[in-house]
Amino acid sequence: MIVAVQVLVGGLLLGAVYALFSSGLTLIWGMMNVVNFAHGDFVMAGMYLAFLAVVWLHAGPAVFTIAAAALMFLFGTAVYYALIRRVMRGPMLAQLLSTFGLALLLRYSAFWIFSANFVTLPTTALSGTVRVGPIFIGVAQLVAGGVALLLTAGMHRLLTGTALGSQILAVAEDRQAAMLMGIRPDRMQALAWGLAAAAAGVAGALIATFYYISPTVGESLAIIAFVVVAFGGFGSVPGAMVSGLLIGLIEATSAFYIGPVYKDVVVYALFVAILWVRPQGLMGERV
Amino acid sequence: MRWRWTLLAAAALLAPLILQGSFYHRVLALVVLAAISASAWNILGGYAGQISFGHAMFFGAGAYMPAFVYAHWHAAPALGLPLGVAVSLAIAVAIGVPTLRLQGHYFSMTTIAVAELIRILVSNWPPLGAAVGLQGPATARTVWDLTFRGSVTYYYIFLVALAALLGVTAWMERSRMGYYLRAIRAGERAARSLGVPARRYKLYALMLSAAFTAVAGSLYVVMIGFIDPDSGLAVLISVEMVMVTALGGAGTLFGPLLGAAILIPLEQTANVLFGGSGTGFTFIFYGGIIILLSLFEPGGLLAIWRDRVVPALRRRPTPPVRHAA
Repeated sequence: MIVAVQVLVGGLLLGAVYALFSSGLTLIWGMMNVVNFAHGDFVMAGMYLAFLAVVWLHAGPAVFTIAAAALMFLFGTAVYYALIRRVMRGPMLAQLLSTFGLALLLRYSAFWIFSANFVTLPTTALSGTVRVGPIFIGVAQLVAGGVALLLTAGMHRLLTGTALGSQILAVAEDRQAAMLMGIRPDRMQALAWGLAAAAAGVAGALIATFYYISPTVGESLAIIAFVVVAFGGFGSVPGAMVSGLLIGLIEATSAFYIGPVYKDVVVYALFVAILWVRPQGLMGERV
Repeated sequence: MRWRWTLLAAAALLAPLILQGSFYHRVLALVVLAAISASAWNILGGYAGQISFGHAMFFGAGAYMPAFVYAHWHAAPALGLPLGVAVSLAIAVAIGVPTLRLQGHYFSMTTIAVAELIRILVSNWPPLGAAVGLQGPATARTVWDLTFRGSVTYYYIFLVALAALLGVTAWMERSRMGYYLRAIRAGERAARSLGVPARRYKLYALMLSAAFTAVAGSLYVVMIGFIDPDSGLAVLISVEMVMVTALGGAGTLFGPLLGAAILIPLEQTANVLFGGSGTGFTFIFYGGIIILLSLFEPGGLLAIWRDRVVPALRRRPTPPVRHAA
């Protein structure tokens, strides 16, 4: 029983991080109807940024998380202006290939620079565990889960409770009408890409403290983001939050009860099942 | 047009005689093999415009079955080919029926997830060799084992398969199905409103594509004699099909052949020069090329040739204008 609780808590905390980076994917999807196939590799980039910051600069967790957010925000906007804005005008083939090409470029650049070996962060201020009643929780997991939940909620608040968020949503709703209202759609979409990449980067930096870091980790993280987004409804940040936690739970329990190798199998099969039964997503409204 | 294909066929038949040596023969065989799998991907991705990033699952289905029938029943590997095609078709229907009613990205996302799902399952399933893989016959017991020394025989076998595939594709191009698929690619909603049974024809394209990709997989394992999850089911197998087709020109008969003729020799040379470390670099290069193509010319090299080079060659040099003094 206690073990089960332990597993569930671990799943929820990791799920919060899934929710954070998936909210970035769902934001771009809802806004521009574009799937960023490189989203998992954005998370991977955040992980390696954290790794470099710790190894080279001996940066603390707060510093490398903020640095990852800032750098990935810039990277996201750059990707929008240099790549996405141009291919949006082109055929579907170009749209799909562009972010897929970006994924390959990021993944194998990391492969080339850091080699295929897994790395883990050296001991940081977040090492250690706390004891809550009979269960033990890693400090790093606790901080990552908490911060990720706060940031996902913050993203939702930004979109629904501020003027800037209204402008972003206005562009998502109707680009032409937003333009007539004096909103610059390009700027808002670049902002959305920046926010999405920053969410991925922060998520990467947060899990870097306890997750294995490898160049190809983005591959499975991207599929997890697909599942979370499909589950929570394409384009819905609160949906991503709930389903991120849920996927974290499902993954942790299946890893524990069926076997660690099959946790991905369960999650991927779930994705196919959702698309089969309810293509608009479990909590989504439209296709 | 016809004389060009005749010329190409003649060049393909004579190539092993001109390029002597086992390295060249191996590269030639691999070029034809890549042309088969890319042409198969092209039916779905190029003509119908449904981009699959998970075609490795069909390739793997085709590659595993010959090794499977040999490992378990000591049957001739070639008997595994129809079995591989059948498994591949079953996967295609299982994925296609639910996801092809959706448009755009959904299909691409599903192919990534299912391919990865299958890779993990096979990597952990002992009858298929799990992570270790399966071995084909080391030496031929009869000629039906299709185990030959050198690559020339394989080259000609592959060439027959490629010719059959190109024949089917050319026929499809001009049939009702070709028109339907191009209409779907140009705009599915518009095609539907004109009465094109889009879902059904997308499924046909997927099945045709999956069947021939499985054939490519079977041919691969017959030549190499070994299959494991990395060489049969990895994402990179899918990437190569996308890459070869997109570079040459998606949605054209000749595009995948051109892409294979350029990329495979490059890749093999890089492997010889840099060994294993070349792999990472190859895919950085692939990623870069895919991005450049999507930015500047989604039609690939054939479109560059048709739209930029040919008009430039045809343009007659204009005589300098003389101004009256």
